[in-house]
Amino acid sequence: MFGQIREITLMNLRNVPSRLGSSSVIIVGIAGVVAVLVSILAMATGFRAALESTSVPDRAIVLRGGANGELSSGISRESVDVVSQMEGIAAASGELYTIVDVPKRSNGTPANLVMRGVDANAFVVRPEFHIVAGRMFEPGKGEVIVGKRAAEEFAGIDLGSTVRFRDSDWQIVGIFTADGDVHESEVWGDLKVVQSAFRRGANVSTMRVKLTDPSAVGAVAERIAADPRLDLQIRTEQDFYGQQSQRLSSIISGFGYLVGVIMAFGAIFAALNTMYSAVTSRTTEIATLRAIGFGATPVLISVLIESLLLALLGGLVGAGLSYVVFNGLTVSTLNSGSFSQVAFDFAVTPKLMTQGLIWAVMLGFVGGLFPALRAARLPITVALRGE
Amino acid sequence: MSFLSLVWAGLFRRRTRTALTLVSIVVAFLLFGLLRSIANAFSAGVDIAGVDRLIVQPKYSIIDPLPISHLNEIRRVPGVAMATHADWFGGFYQDHKNFFAKYPVKPAEWFAVYPEFRIDPQQLEAFENTRTGAVAPAEMAAKYGWKIGDKIPIEADIYPKKDNTRLWEFDLVGTYQAPHEGGSGSSQDAFLFNYDYFDEARQFGQGQVGWFVVRVSDPAKALEVARSIDAQFENSANETKTATEAEFARQFANQIGDIGLMMGGILGAVFFTILLLTGNTMAQAFRERVPELAVMKTLGFSDMTVSLLVLGEAVLLCLVGGVLGLAVAALLAPGVARGIKDILPGFTIVWQTFAAGLSIALALGLAVGAVPALTARRLRIVDALREH
Repeated sequence: MFGQIREITLMNLRNVPSRLGSSSVIIVGIAGVVAVLVSILAMATGFRAALESTSVPDRAIVLRGGANGELSSGISRESVDVVSQMEGIAAASGELYTIVDVPKRSNGTPANLVMRGVDANAFVVRPEFHIVAGRMFEPGKGEVIVGKRAAEEFAGIDLGSTVRFRDSDWQIVGIFTADGDVHESEVWGDLKVVQSAFRRGANVSTMRVKLTDPSAVGAVAERIAADPRLDLQIRTEQDFYGQQSQRLSSIISGFGYLVGVIMAFGAIFAALNTMYSAVTSRTTEIATLRAIGFGATPVLISVLIESLLLALLGGLVGAGLSYVVFNGLTVSTLNSGSFSQVAFDFAVTPKLMTQGLIWAVMLGFVGGLFPALRAARLPITVALRGE
Repeated sequence: MSFLSLVWAGLFRRRTRTALTLVSIVVAFLLFGLLRSIANAFSAGVDIAGVDRLIVQPKYSIIDPLPISHLNEIRRVPGVAMATHADWFGGFYQDHKNFFAKYPVKPAEWFAVYPEFRIDPQQLEAFENTRTGAVAPAEMAAKYGWKIGDKIPIEADIYPKKDNTRLWEFDLVGTYQAPHEGGSGSSQDAFLFNYDYFDEARQFGQGQVGWFVVRVSDPAKALEVARSIDAQFENSANETKTATEAEFARQFANQIGDIGLMMGGILGAVFFTILLLTGNTMAQAFRERVPELAVMKTLGFSDMTVSLLVLGEAVLLCLVGGVLGLAVAALLAPGVARGIKDILPGFTIVWQTFAAGLSIALALGLAVGAVPALTARRLRIVDALREH
């Protein structure tokens, strides 16, 4: 039986080049489905990755009670001092978070970019921060450094240029990276200078704290709650950014699956079409095989294998196409969780590509099954007489 | 046999193939209908927005406050018919997931600037006279089960009250009708409450507002008025950036920008793939029929008739597929609109989408049928019959 299957399958496959036109229908159709599905999911994955790579287990964010994001939060200087001294906190950075309009390179319309006022502590709690071009801003001066992705995605904030934000001009003196996380979509300046330019007094928006231990967050939260002077909440970065990324990435993924499923229907019918006509054009051939003693099952399996192989090839082409065109491509969008722009890279991961191939194989199976059944059930005498 | 019935018979020559090809086309146009509508929804705010209204916002960032004292100066700018202000309150009702806009406003001024929002005059009066009063769009009230007289608790995230609490309670004194059909839409569908109460009770930010809304007396001069307003505050501590409401909505939609563009590109790929497949299948179907066409020519059908027959088949198949696909999209649309209402309001299929879809179907039929039709026309009976 296995010998028979091998024989017929090889015969079919040797035959494929002469049916290239119709076989390519399966390949192109499934490649299309897989490419679209993988690309859309890669967008969701990339967005989530940008937010989640910001998260370090022993780092947490302190916000005003009730605040749902950095923008709506506000913390007084006194509260910052109280929290900084708390047991369980290794280092603390009070930061001012505000938003400035900077035009997007792609369409020239103003977009919300984060302007973060920081002092030296910001770099203590974020060891992943590095200046990659130019230099650090000097405290007390109207100088800012720009995240690498912000510099790529937005216009007018190149190294060495001057930009006007509220009340004053700012000189861009450096470009920084931070492991590809959200901060790379931001503009950073000296806390005191930003506070005065944006008329915020001595208040900050949020605090970033480095915990002595990732498990200390619960104890710190209790201490904060117990202190009558404080109306604050503390959340781990994982929790904070996980929640922010969840909404948009699930919208994008949902959309990807919806389009993928609808397209898959189209591709299945195209594959059915191709395989039916492949079977029809080989009616005599199949009947002859059956007449000389080949079983129905080997015929069925051989048709199925042909369809699966073509589908797999389509899947590989689609996943490969998606990887070549989209992987690493930087785009930016408005993150509704932070009301600001986040630039991120498409992430065509091996996992997504595998998922695409699994879809391809499933489509190939469905598209080949019914024609294969027809081939196996072909009545020998009728088929031989027919042509 | 009439020409059409011949075309029809040709399509039914191989039922399975015709059905399968048809389904592929239906799927393509179903996707087209839905995705065009998603793209439309992204720009929906632009269509809803009024042309005679301007939005005055802070020059450097949407989140900076503006002093309420700007209002009097704006009203003095020539060409300004009326003006009012609003602010972004943030906060949430019961759960962060219940997302809707909440604006502290001056009731009478707001409804004068937005005359398309219909409110019962008595309810408007009650809104004016109730310090903690609020009004909501009728649809929002229905969604959350609010009735007039209910207390609506809103948990603040930006603005705590002077007593350091964050819970604001408003008395629902009325509802108003938003103008657009198809359910939700404009970003102006907001929960509204009294600015005076808000300004008095909030912990900080007294005398500040988020933006101004201006109605101009002559829409043709809107841009001119916008420039005069910005000139008024140039070099002051609070410079402004004034744009028409449509431009404002467009800019905001563009912030999502890149994703919208990406979707468009990906969808182009979707359509292209499915169309390529269909074209291939139809060309293949034609090749099998060459002897049949030769026989028809032998019987006396003219070159032109045979060629039109082939073309007609392709066009008919694509048109039927297109109509069915768009019809399915139209059937699904209300459900989709309900499903994504909170994420992407304004999803509806407009007649332009149908028109564009049918034009594409026609063009597709012509494109797919052109080469076979031409071949059929040139077909020499002897050659065609000999080959088979």
